[in-house]
Parts: sequence; C-alpha cells; structure tokens
Amino acid sequence: MGSNFAECHPVAFRFVMRARETGAEVIHVDPRFSRTSACATQYVQVRAGTDIAFMGGLINHVLQSERWNTDPFFKEYVAHYTNAATLIERDFRDASDLGGVFSGWEEDYYCPDSWQYEGTQRVIHVDSQYKEICEMLSTQGQGMSSGRSIGGPPPKDPTLEDPRCVLQRLKRHFAEYTPARVAEICGVPEDRFVAVAESMLRNSGRERTCAIAYAVGWTQHTTGPQIIASAAILQLLLGNIGRPGGGIQALRGHATIQGSTDIPTLYDLLPGYLHMPTCLPIDETLDSYVWNEGGATGHWAYTRNYLVSLLKAYFGDAATPENDFGYEFLPRITGDHSFMPMFVAMHKGELEGLFLMGQNPAVGGPNAGFVREALGKLKWMVARDIFAIESATFWYDSPEVKDGTIAPEDIGTEIFLLPGATVTEKDGSFTNTHRLIQWHDRAVNPPGDARSESWFMYHLGRRIKKLYESSTDPKDRPIQALTWDYPTAGEHDEPIVDYILREVNGFVWAPTWDERKQVTGFAELKDDGSTACGCWLYSGVHPGVNRAASRASDDLYISPGWGFSWPSNVRLLYNRCSADPQGRPWSEQKKYVWWDETRGRWIGEDVPDFPVDKRPDDPGDPEAGGLAALSGDSPFLLKPDGKAWLFFPFGMKDGPLPTHYEPWETPVPNLLYHEHDRDPMTKVWHIDENPYNGIANEEFPYVLTTYRLTEHHTGGGMTRWNSWLSELQPAAFVELSPELAAEKGIAHTGWVTLSTSRGDVEALALVTRRMRPLTVQGRTIHQIGFPWHFGYAGLVTGGSANVLLSMVADPNVSIHERVLTCNIRAGRLNGNGGHP
Amino acid sequence: MRRRPLRGITSAIGRWPVARQLTNAGLDDAAVSERTRQLHSRLHDVRTVSSICPYCAVGCSTLVHVKKGQIVDIEGNPESPINQGTLCPKGADTLQYAINPKRLTTALYRRPFGTKWERVDLEWAMDRIAERVHETRERTYVDRDERGRHVCNTPAIGFLGGAALDNEENYLIKKFCVGAGIVWVENQARI
Repeated sequence: MGSNFAECHPVAFRFVMRARETGAEVIHVDPRFSRTSACATQYVQVRAGTDIAFMGGLINHVLQSERWNTDPFFKEYVAHYTNAATLIERDFRDASDLGGVFSGWEEDYYCPDSWQYEGTQRVIHVDSQYKEICEMLSTQGQGMSSGRSIGGPPPKDPTLEDPRCVLQRLKRHFAEYTPARVAEICGVPEDRFVAVAESMLRNSGRERTCAIAYAVGWTQHTTGPQIIASAAILQLLLGNIGRPGGGIQALRGHATIQGSTDIPTLYDLLPGYLHMPTCLPIDETLDSYVWNEGGATGHWAYTRNYLVSLLKAYFGDAATPENDFGYEFLPRITGDHSFMPMFVAMHKGELEGLFLMGQNPAVGGPNAGFVREALGKLKWMVARDIFAIESATFWYDSPEVKDGTIAPEDIGTEIFLLPGATVTEKDGSFTNTHRLIQWHDRAVNPPGDARSESWFMYHLGRRIKKLYESSTDPKDRPIQALTWDYPTAGEHDEPIVDYILREVNGFVWAPTWDERKQVTGFAELKDDGSTACGCWLYSGVHPGVNRAASRASDDLYISPGWGFSWPSNVRLLYNRCSADPQGRPWSEQKKYVWWDETRGRWIGEDVPDFPVDKRPDDPGDPEAGGLAALSGDSPFLLKPDGKAWLFFPFGMKDGPLPTHYEPWETPVPNLLYHEHDRDPMTKVWHIDENPYNGIANEEFPYVLTTYRLTEHHTGGGMTRWNSWLSELQPAAFVELSPELAAEKGIAHTGWVTLSTSRGDVEALALVTRRMRPLTVQGRTIHQIGFPWHFGYAGLVTGGSANVLLSMVADPNVSIHERVLTCNIRAGRLNGNGGHP
Repeated sequence: MRRRPLRGITSAIGRWPVARQLTNAGLDDAAVSERTRQLHSRLHDVRTVSSICPYCAVGCSTLVHVKKGQIVDIEGNPESPINQGTLCPKGADTLQYAINPKRLTTALYRRPFGTKWERVDLEWAMDRIAERVHETRERTYVDRDERGRHVCNTPAIGFLGGAALDNEENYLIKKFCVGAGIVWVENQARI
C-alpha cells in the first residue's frame, strides 16, 4: 500500500515477482491501477487518503477472527514481544468515546497523562511548560517524547483479558472499523476488503510471514506517521516483525534518503537520531538534555555516550568536561524549522540566504508558485546542481516571469549557480532503503568548475574559519572549535572522504589522524570525552577498514559481506523475534536467529540484534539500567520497556492509536468521528498565498493524488535534461477515468486544466480504465492522478503538479499532504481547447 | 580459446572453411580478417570502477568503465546481490546523467535585479559566498531571544539539500551548520 513498487523501485520488485512465482500472494491496495497492480494476485482500488480506515479494518478483522483467537502462536508472540499485556491508566478515554479525540485533548494540543502505563508518569525535568513543549516542537522525537517515565514497572495481564490492557484498548478502538464502514469510507467492496484480511491471516503464523511495503503514498499525509503505525500494529498482531519474510519495508525514494535521515541534514536531529537541543530549559545543559531524552532503560540509556562522542568529533580538544564537551556550542532550535516553514520565513524576508544543494523546490515543493515567490525574496542563494534547474532559473524562466506577473528586474536575489559532481566523480557512501551503506569510488574527475559537495563544504568551512580566526567574541567559539582537519588530495585539494567516514565511525580521541585508533562499534563509545564518533548508529562501518566498500557476494541469502548495514551489520532488525520466547526457532522453515544453550549465545543466519549472551529466560534487572534492565524476551531494545508498542504512551502528538481522519482537503466528512473530520493537530499555514479548499467544497469536487513515473526522478532535476529518459516520458499528463472524461467533455490526449485554491496547471489527458470512479458514502467520487516531475526547464517541460498542492503538514514530522481536492476542465490554461 | 598445438595437416584441412562447412563445425577464426581481429568492444582495455546508482534507494551497484579519463559505459554489476546486473531505465541512464552536454561546468553569477548570468571565477564565488555567510551571520546572530532564552543561532541562513548527496557530504553540512549556528537545515528526506 502507498507504493507503486513495480514502477518506482523496479529492480527490487524482481524479488516480489520471484516470490509470486514460488506461490506468494501479492496484494496491491492503491488509488491507481498501475503495473504493480497488474503484477498482483489481488488489486483493491481505494480512495486516496483513507489508509487508516483500511488498516484499522484489517486490525479489527484480525482481532475478531477465529484463526487469530485459536492459533496460540499469535498470542504468545504478542504477549511477550509487544506491550499488549500492559495496563493503561484508568482515566484513558478512547476517540470513539469522545467524538474523535482522546482523553487529554486541550483544544489545541494533547496532554498525554492518561495515555501512560498504569502507575507511571511522564516527568519533564527542569521547569518547562508542557504546552510550550508541545507547541514549539514539530517532530515525533520531541515534544511528546520529552521527559522520562517514572514509577512502575506497570502492572500486566498476561491473559490479555483485562479491559484496561493494551490489547483490549486496541480492540475497543478499532471495533467500529467494520468491513461495512471500510467499504463506505474507502470505496472498496466489502468482499474485496475481507479477501485481503483473510489472505494476511492465512499467510501469517509459525510457518508463514507477510511483509508490507510502502512509500511516500503513505508518508505524505496529515496522518502519515499514524498510517505507518497502523501497519506496525497489524504486523505485530500477526507476528510478522523481526522474522524472515516479514516486516514493514519503507521503500525510500532517493539514493541516500535513508542516510540523510541517519546522518541528517534535518533541523531537528543530530546524527544517529539524537535530537537537536531546543531553547527550552529542558535542553539547557548536557545533564538536563540527557535526563530528558535518554531514559533509564534500553538503548537510549547510553545517550550521554553517543552525544559526548559526537561533541568530541565536532569540537575535538575544545570539548572538555568543564564546558559540557561543547554542548553549549550547539545552536538551539526555536520552533519548526522544516521545509514548509522555511519557505514561509523566506517569504517574510526572515530567511535571507539559502544554500540549495541538489533539491529543486520550485518544482518539488508543495504550493510551488509560493515557493518560487519566496525564492525571489532571498537576499542571496547558492544553488549547487548538475543542471540549471528551475529553482536556479526562476528569476527569468518561471511562468510568473513569462506571463508578466513579475520581471527579473524586480527580483533582488543574488544567485551563485555552482556546478556539482555526479556520483561517478566522487568517493562516498549511500545508505539504501534497507539501511545498507554502500561505498562508491570516484571513476573520473568532475568537469570544469564542477566539484563535490564535500569539496564545497570543506573549502567554505575553511574560509569561514579563516574569517573568524582572530575573533574573541564568545559567539564565534563554535566555529573556531570545529574540527576541520581532513587531509586533502589532488589538484583541487579535495578532502579525502575516507577520513570523514572514519570520523563518522568513531575513534579513540587523539589530536592527529595518525594517533587515532578506530573503534569497532558503538559499545566502545564513552561519555568521558575519550572517544569521538560522528554517528553512533554507523559505528562499525570503518573499524580501520571501510566495510561499506566490502563486496563479498558469496552468500545470496542475506549477503552479510556486501556493504555494511546499520546497526552492527544487522540485516534484519529485531531478529530476536524470529525465535520463540524460549529462544527456539518458531519453525524450521522460518529459522533465523536462535539461542544455542551449549554455547550460551544467540546464533543464526544474521548478527543477532540483541545482546549476544543474554539468555532468553533472563528476567532483566531494572536497577542495572540500560540493556541489562530488559528481560530475555524483550527484542525492541530502543524502547524503554523492550517491547514493541501496539499503543503509544508517548511519542505521537496526535493520539496513542492510529485514528481515521479525512485528508485536509476532502470531498466527504469523517464517517467514524463526526466531531473531528480531520486530524485536529494538523499543521496549517494560514497565509494569503496558501488558501485551502476545505471540506466538501463543490468548487473542487475531485480527489487528486500525485505520483512518480519510472523514467523521471522527483522534481526532474536528475532526469529531464537526459534525452533518453525525456523521450520515454515527454510530457506532463494526468490520468482520469472515461466516466469523468465524458462528464467533463475531455478527450484522450487533449489538454486539460486543473485548478485548486492555490493555482491552475495544464497537462495532457490520459483517459484510462486504470482510474475508476468509487462509491463513497453513497456518492460517486472521481480520482485523478498527476505525476509531479515536470517543470519549465529541461528537455521536456510541462505543468508542475505541486503548484496545486497546499502547504499543510502532519503534526508529528511536518510532512506535506499529497492528497487534495481539485477541479478539472477541458482546454488549456489560457482558455484555448484542442490537441497539442 | 586455447588450441592444441600439434594436429598437423589434418588440423589445417579441418580449419579450411569449406571443410568446416561440410562437417558443420562453424567458421572458426580462419574466416576472421586481420581488421576484425583489431576491432574490440568499447569495453576493451577499460578501467572499471565500482559505483552505486544515484536515483532511487534500492542501491543498485554499477560498474563504471573508464578509458583515457572518460567514462565510456555504465552497467549493472552482476555481482551485486541487490540488482544482479540489472538496472531500470533511470539506472541505465546514469551514463547520460554524467556525460551530458547540458551539464553545468562553470560557476555562474546573477547580480541582484540582474537580467543575465555572468561567468565568474570559482574561487571568487567561494570567497564571496563566505563573505555573505559572514556578513549575514554577524548581522542576524541571536544569542538570547526576546524571552531571554539561550538560542545562539543564526536564523537568517538556510540549507536545503537533496537526498542524492553522500553520507559524508551530509555529515559535513550538518557539522558546518552546527558550528555556524544555522538551524534552518532541511533535506528531501522530510518531503
């Protein structure tokens, strides 16, 4: 679901096809019939943006099913490896009781006290206003996560019968997600929905596993993180996590989009998912940061080791115990500094200078017209790319300039357009969609003035350090302290990238590279400043030899010698779950990692994602803290209780359970929760340039969803300048059903114009049976699909779908919504009809 | 192919094209001209470098063939457990992504309110960019906000990266931003 696997990740889809050849069932649930649907054994067309209703229906069906309630495997897995048995506070009230919000709703934010495990409290150290934390921070990791749980251990009911235990809460929450409701909300015939649920049940258990694959069709919603959470709940109930052939595969869309989350260029994260400190008192000192973010049990208990080692990597000798290892040098975030607010700040003139490195927001950003306007308000911009992308040429090339709305002479942005190097022209590593870090070698030097981003950053940093060299102002200390001692080579003094990876891996601190001894993994990192590590999660990738460059391909099962997979070269996360609570394989067929009593350790196909000598019957020692606190049947080491969560006591801003809300722009009201059609915590930007279509707006009656093609990539910056690919996909088009085309007098291959409150865009019509009208809440709903790759520059040009989108974001991670409402008419933007 | 050294006259007759046709033995190298022998595939004598496809996140391995400092071909790496030699249309197009007449190869500059690009020296551009960062930071740096909270950031500068940058490049960007106090740091990884 939420992915067109066959067209967007075609090479990986070969494995799905091979599985199908050996008898696997392949189910595709999507608004559009695509090549993935054509290759599936079952295809179900749904209304875009109703994924939680569908998933909630599956969860409900599973919980009510005879198989789930009679095969002891499911309850054994769930009782031991999830928090199903844990009791929740007495005063918790479900969204089904309160019309669509949970207990703790304070009209604009949640106070999650009632979501806690019974007898535990979420305590925030240092005097901070809870509301302030909730309001200021946008991300999943912060806000609701701040603080630590005090009290406990919470009571449990191993029989899973207590009405206050997580499993019963879950059952109650999803009880209304019946096949009939799913049919009405999603526009799916009941029997098609039940067939999917039965297939998943049939293919889960000791002998079989199911996997769920998703992509941005799931993340780009106002409920995105909760959709993923619903998949996690379903897979945990079915015992499909941590076992071969199971799991949830996030099909990520860029070469190292995983890497750029792990080693983030994201405002709210430091490398290894450590949070950027905020300006709130909770983050004032290293101690308060660690207290609030670290937790006492599980992996995060070692937060201080990871953060101090990072500070040591950043600030070297200037990081001392006396100055909290340079913690005070870290800038503090003061709110949501993510993509959309960045452009709002730019539009207001608050953000004056922008480095744009390999992204094309003039095409790829929601409300792209607004994005271009904002770029024109910058004082200066450095654009680094391979081609002259729209985001660099907007000042003379955009539709707004062409139609005379604005002239280049009115745009004051000073622009530096510097050529970048392609992957074949530099050394470095990518982290792919399954966390595999793979090194690529430089084949040739980049042409002319083209340089790698490493070169650019290294030499910019060198210049900035020089400019601040003699300053005595304390504010300039972080720049002066920054370690920037990478050896260089070649005629352009290119930094030797291997040294950067060494720093990422971590070493025993010493002033010079010659003296630095690489660590072999994050267990060696210390909190006393004796180790430096750029990203604890990647530790082990370069223990003296670059394991990302390893290319042993003898084992075609999990290929442990090909590249390096974080953490610690584990290929299958949470693989402790592949054995039963006693440590025995669940079945011969699904044998993967198990306890070897004679050797007193976990062994198997993979690196155990578990303390290797912790016995399965280890009761855990809460007093000991860290990993020692967790019992031998607690596979989820990042969680303080070692269990996967079917109910989230904290971490999610908009509720402890996934709940169906309509998209921000929807043709119908919420059938399940009448008082809250949409996620009440949705982030919106009420500015003149960003109006919303609202709910059931007759002016915009159709559902629009955007998507990708095989032959183009994202905003087109890497493909629309290539003649081979451009020839294969030469024009912007929209897909619509013959019914809608007939209703609107639209001819196949004729021009159409789409409109929303934000703008109008023209494209060619692809009238196809792949799109079909759905019956939703008793009425016909038409859906339209629009690939978002096109822009006004390059070899092929066309309307940008993102001009139509609004800036609206989910409350947890600030990702925009790709489902919206629109109108469509035959003819071109300027009013002329006819064929191209 | 290695041939057995001594078969004498029998061998010579056997290699005669007419005899080979009669015995259904194929034409063999007796029919190959000297010119043909001098022809090679474009991958003859190349240096082959291991790389990764820069498009989606599947992580297909590629082999980059280089001759005389130029990339002559890029193909899927058959050793890779991920792609086993295959590539999709975008992956197969990596060659044209690298070798492309539309590529930018010189530093370009557009003055405020300007109407054209100007070609500039890369070092000049780097110096000027550093000055812009310095000037903007000096003017906008906030030590404490209006509520007296320790902020120590540079709110007027932003970084927006793509997700085809290397991990090491992202590492340097974030490290630089932390040092300079830049908090508007984003990547395609969010959207």
